[in-house]
Amino acid sequence: MSDFLHQLDPVGLLSITLITATPLTLAALGGMMCERSGVVNIALEGIMLTGAFIGYAVAFFAHSLWLGVLAAVASGMIIASLHAVLSISFLVDQIVSGMVINILAVGITGVFYRTYLESATTVGPGTLPHWDVPILDSIPVIGPIFFQNQFVTYAMLVLIGVVHFVLFRTVWGLRTRACGEHPRAAETAGINVYFVRYVNVIASGALAGLGGAYFSLQQIGNFLPNMTGGRGFIALAAMIFGKWTPLGAFGASLLFSGSDQIGSRMQSVFHVGVPLQFLGMLPYVLTIIVVAGAMGRAIAPAAVGRPYKKGS
Amino acid sequence: MPTGTASGSLWPAPPDLMTSKIVRWAFNAVLVPLVSVVSGFLVGAIAIVAAGADPVEAYTALFQGAFTNHNAFAETLVSTTPYVFLGLALALGFRAGLFNIGAEGQFYIGSLSGIFVAYSIHGLPAVVEIPVGLLAGMAGGAFWASIAGALKARFGAHEVITTIMLNYVSFLVASYLVDTPGLMLAPNVSTPRTPDADAGAILPILLNGSRLHLGFIIALLAVPAVWFLIERTTIGFRLRAVGFNPGAARTAGISVGRTVVLTMALSGALAGLAGIVEVLGVNHHMTDTVAAGYGFDAIAVALLARSNPWGVLPAALLFGALHNGASFMQLQTQVSSDLISIVQAFVIIFVAAPSIVGWLFRLRRAAGETVAITQRGVDAPVS
Repeated sequence: MSDFLHQLDPVGLLSITLITATPLTLAALGGMMCERSGVVNIALEGIMLTGAFIGYAVAFFAHSLWLGVLAAVASGMIIASLHAVLSISFLVDQIVSGMVINILAVGITGVFYRTYLESATTVGPGTLPHWDVPILDSIPVIGPIFFQNQFVTYAMLVLIGVVHFVLFRTVWGLRTRACGEHPRAAETAGINVYFVRYVNVIASGALAGLGGAYFSLQQIGNFLPNMTGGRGFIALAAMIFGKWTPLGAFGASLLFSGSDQIGSRMQSVFHVGVPLQFLGMLPYVLTIIVVAGAMGRAIAPAAVGRPYKKGS
Repeated sequence: MPTGTASGSLWPAPPDLMTSKIVRWAFNAVLVPLVSVVSGFLVGAIAIVAAGADPVEAYTALFQGAFTNHNAFAETLVSTTPYVFLGLALALGFRAGLFNIGAEGQFYIGSLSGIFVAYSIHGLPAVVEIPVGLLAGMAGGAFWASIAGALKARFGAHEVITTIMLNYVSFLVASYLVDTPGLMLAPNVSTPRTPDADAGAILPILLNGSRLHLGFIIALLAVPAVWFLIERTTIGFRLRAVGFNPGAARTAGISVGRTVVLTMALSGALAGLAGIVEVLGVNHHMTDTVAAGYGFDAIAVALLARSNPWGVLPAALLFGALHNGASFMQLQTQVSSDLISIVQAFVIIFVAAPSIVGWLFRLRRAAGETVAITQRGVDAPVS
């Protein structure tokens, strides 16, 4: 039995689950800010890829991981503001606009990676340091899982609380949700719908951009083309499965990354032949079920996806 | 001829508006796409300069790789073929107000079901095996898309979310089936793939010494077929009615739910056809590596075509040429073939926001005009 527990390594499993849930949670939080204000965000994948690339490029050339993290956040905000301009000001269909960001991100990161980084021979910037929180890190089980992490994971844990507070406990959150549910009523009440949507879309870029920094600066200390590998869409799934709430999205991200980890562990340690593909399907199938209304329906903000035109 | 949901009307316009209608048509269907493509290339040129290369050199190589090199034009037509089917699939959905982001998934499921039939049958004449293989591919794609259609019709689940999720499920289904011995994995192969299609099911080559196959002719025939379906049949009428105004369509006695499922199935059938034509025409088997990005490209093709089946043809040719020329460009000038994604993204931006083009070229009539890709995209007037 102890041998079994040793092989299963539950603490290690939970720890890696929390770590791999980091980018999912951050992007899902970003998607939530955006969608709560009434703008669909299927661009999370592209924003994360941009953040991963710019973050790495800046860290590489400026020899500073922290400037890299800042650049990841800033580049996420910049590319998200393109989504904002297109979908809010130019009334482009929000799905199309999101798609454009995803395509553009592949193009920009691919072209500039090839030119400036692919054949670079100098040593990379490395990865963000591990910070052990004094005292707390020696608590059994909890310590190794929560208090021996790198920056992006700590930031994620804090931001879950911040986004929850902003959305549900502040005037800004109330305005955001009003714009997402009934923009005309919000405007009648004196809220500048455009402004609220702009700020939220750009904030979503900051969050997803930070999620991108996870891949290049925290996980491997390098950039690879298309390294986000569709996780922006899993984050979208986590946001929906978590019913557009921060804690729900965090739980969903843990579920999705956990099932992934359990799957690979079952194969490598126990040689159980559960096809990995079926565990991989879990996030997508669960999301379809939830969107279809079984297991407690996920209801999107009422005005999400609708361009808002003043006074029409 | 209605030219997309933006300006089209179910009813003929009064005669005195005809002139302005022609002007609008010319603006919407010709000028905007043309200016968008040129602008897309201009932005691409900026990116090439930023990447330290010469845009003229890069675009020359792109053109050579797409058209003038040995066999290049035939290869461009090979690449164009799937884009025609996929563009039609998306355009069909757009006309009914449906955003089928899942064309990529339907492409793979159609490829799987089609290749399964095509390697299972033996010894029948090609006139039997080819249609059977293609129909099997269409059936697979139709089935996969109709899942999203049924979820929307029955539960109101948004097709954008369900088709995105179904895309990823389809990749994993493909990888499971192709990687697992006893399912679709061919015996004694070094990299996982399905067995080859039966000789009779393989699409014949049209041009000796090239890879141009019968699929291109099928794609050319699909364009008028889809146009006829949308514009001249009862199904097409219902589809457009649901696209214009689901509420009104329902009042007029059209079953919106059934139309949604049918439209998704038809759209999926076209995407599945794209997949199986590619498999039976080019590789003759399927591997487990997926995600060629067809889904994104299909959206771009349909948007550039402004959801008009005839417009799909030139749009698909453009994308086929871009993809085919990109690898030669990368080889010659070291500019990454990903450059075409930048061009593509900006083409979509300019097509989807004609007010940007209008603003750039001081065309006042375009200002403020929104493009309703789907009905969902427009804020319904408050009553």
